[in-house]
Amino acid sequence: MATAAAVPLVSAPVYRARAQGLEGVDLQRYQPVFFTEPEWVFLLAACDRLIPAEGRGPGALETNVPVFIDQQLKNGLGDDVYMQGPHQADAPATMGFQHTHSPQDMYRIGIKLAQQYSQTTYGKPFQQLAAADKDALLTKLQKNDIDFAALGDPSLKASQFFGQMLGDAKNGYLADPMYGGNKDMKAWVAIGFPGARAAFTEWVDTHNVKYPLGPVSLSGKRA
Amino acid sequence: MPNITNDEVDVVIVGLGWAGSIMAIELAQAGLKVRALERGPDRPPEDFAYPKPADQYAYAIRNKVFATPRDAALTVRYNTGETALPTRKWGAFAPGTGVGGSGLHWTGVLIRPTPTDIKLKTYADQAYPRGRLDPDMRVKDFPFTWDEIEPFFDKFDKICGLSGNTGNLKGVIQPGGDPFEGPRSSPYPLPALHDTYNSSLFAATAKRMGYHPFPNPSANASTAWTNPYGSQLAPCNYCGYCSKYPCLNYSKASPQTAILDVVKRMPNFDYKVNAMVIRVDLHADKKTAKGVTYIDEQQREVFQPAKIVILSSFQFANVRLMLLSGIGKPYDPITETGTIGRNYAFLSNGAATLFFKDKHFNSFATAGATGEMFNDISPGNFQDGIKLGFLGGAKIHSSQASGAPIGTALPPGTPGWGQGWKEGMVDWYDCSMKIGITTTCMSYRGHFLDLDPTYKDPWGQPLLRMTFDWRQNELKLQRYLREIVGNIAKEMKPDFMSESFLGLDSHWDITKYVSTHNVGGAIMGDSPRDSALNRYLQSWDVHNVFVPGGNAFPQNFQANPTATIGAITLFAAEAIKNHYLKNPGPLVQV
Repeated sequence: MATAAAVPLVSAPVYRARAQGLEGVDLQRYQPVFFTEPEWVFLLAACDRLIPAEGRGPGALETNVPVFIDQQLKNGLGDDVYMQGPHQADAPATMGFQHTHSPQDMYRIGIKLAQQYSQTTYGKPFQQLAAADKDALLTKLQKNDIDFAALGDPSLKASQFFGQMLGDAKNGYLADPMYGGNKDMKAWVAIGFPGARAAFTEWVDTHNVKYPLGPVSLSGKRA
Repeated sequence: MPNITNDEVDVVIVGLGWAGSIMAIELAQAGLKVRALERGPDRPPEDFAYPKPADQYAYAIRNKVFATPRDAALTVRYNTGETALPTRKWGAFAPGTGVGGSGLHWTGVLIRPTPTDIKLKTYADQAYPRGRLDPDMRVKDFPFTWDEIEPFFDKFDKICGLSGNTGNLKGVIQPGGDPFEGPRSSPYPLPALHDTYNSSLFAATAKRMGYHPFPNPSANASTAWTNPYGSQLAPCNYCGYCSKYPCLNYSKASPQTAILDVVKRMPNFDYKVNAMVIRVDLHADKKTAKGVTYIDEQQREVFQPAKIVILSSFQFANVRLMLLSGIGKPYDPITETGTIGRNYAFLSNGAATLFFKDKHFNSFATAGATGEMFNDISPGNFQDGIKLGFLGGAKIHSSQASGAPIGTALPPGTPGWGQGWKEGMVDWYDCSMKIGITTTCMSYRGHFLDLDPTYKDPWGQPLLRMTFDWRQNELKLQRYLREIVGNIAKEMKPDFMSESFLGLDSHWDITKYVSTHNVGGAIMGDSPRDSALNRYLQSWDVHNVFVPGGNAFPQNFQANPTATIGAITLFAAEAIKNHYLKNPGPLVQV
């Protein structure tokens, strides 16, 4: 017989993590709400390589991607996942997410072990590496060439941490600015996405002509 | 025992999506006292006022109007020798929750199966030499004729304001429509949506190659429409936020826009939200139900007495509630006895993505259902499947549900991060289009649903367990379709191309989204021996329980399921009103 004891019946809204009042904040002045100061330094350096400043289009730091990630982690990212055990962490990849770690855990563990690897291998922390070395380390995380088990945590793979961080960085780069990233809609301007305009009756029949207007955000700003 | 008992109603509806809303209005208009219980929250239309839905991260990435796996996971395994694992995150499918159910965030492709599709067993027996098909295949005919069900397809088309080109009007083939569709008693209510650039390029190429493309039949209204219940739909404004989003323009037919605004005003209808039904309560002889028990918002257990119980949740939840309540006998794949859980089927997809460096698709300027498709490669319309030893087919289409940028496809070889990814986005966003397939999926002896022995939901009840994998029949079909799609794609001369089709050794990957078109598990049929429900979706075992939904399909056809769910639900509602109320008991005697 099922009992109703202490079960949250109504799902917590998983999308509530909008960075209220943080749209367009100055990254240098931003105080992280989830990450510790040493973790934040790693995250800034990693985002700066995942979506770098060089080349065409804005980079992750120019668009406040780390703010987005910090806010999401503080505000329920992962709350919707089914976490009851038993867990079979060695399940085939086609069975999807099966390990025990929340996104918050993955960042905490992943950053610690990546820094440990950087210190051991290069003699300095990740944020002090040359760009090429940073890229090499991130690639090793992506390909599981850094063995988290050997560094002390067999329950998480380096690629799982990397995948979470990369997915979150891209989401922050391309989501509406109200979540804290995509500052001033710069990513949308760069690719030509009109954001929340959401009315194209007059345009649908105009084929193969680049849309002329810039984006609008959910808060009504234009760029 | 429950600590609260509600006043008795004539009809309790469990799940207020399309099927529940149709039952609600049809039975309330017949004068019955109707109460709906919805496990999720209310979702009133004011929540979807512009610009709120224009938010890809909330709706399409964080699944704002979907059930969470935390509350609604099931477990999955490929065969009975394995231990099933939970769907901890949604991947291959994602069911909705809350008022409107999946009908709130669906894309709005409203296409009927063909007359061959609803008599697939008869077709297979006639067309295929004995022994050509997998001996474990268990396809069945739907238990009605085309002429019996067509008026109900027609009614649902009008409820939804179906937009498109008529292909077959009373047996006469019409230009511009699907020549393979079954005869319609009346034309499409509304003209087709406008083609986007990708659809027009695809349609022109497919036509040149001898196929018969037509605009996707759409429940995004192309022009203003007032439906038979008096609900008004507005002309779609091609906002680009449709599939996975509630409509911001009152254009996509949904339970909210097409039905609930009307039924909510009726004094003999009410509904409760955040009401999680945990079982159907049966009388001691197990021949009739007394009502249902649910957990309310305050975590109290409440008994809702009712003369008729409608289970109209998503397919999984309907099957699970029958198993949890002891309605009918669970299916056993070894002895092939029992009926609850049998004939589970899914579907596969696949696509070629074509990149053109000099084209702008304006993919954000689109309706959800925008696209062109053809049905030439559906059962009965082509012969190669008989020779190659597979049963089934696909609709082949170029659709464009959204241009929102997270997840943009980039040409093969583009880096996944770094400067290469960033510049790839600048160079290739809006420069690609897809040619996709939506396939049939047969049912098999070993593909079924039952209760998991280990994993539980937050209310302490066992999760539903799914035993399913791809079979050679479906993988051979994929290989065949890959060639057809590839030939069309090459004809269109893209600068680059990538593709995603299944190989002959593929296992089902629960992480890659296909579509939430899960079917079967409590199927309709002619006999209580091998079906859970009769043709009126009435339980063979408990005659005052009706179970409308995708659960009733004995296998999956290439057509999207909503049109058929609407039609069979209307067919069942008619039988309840005209026959069951006068003489409560089994509507089909065997």
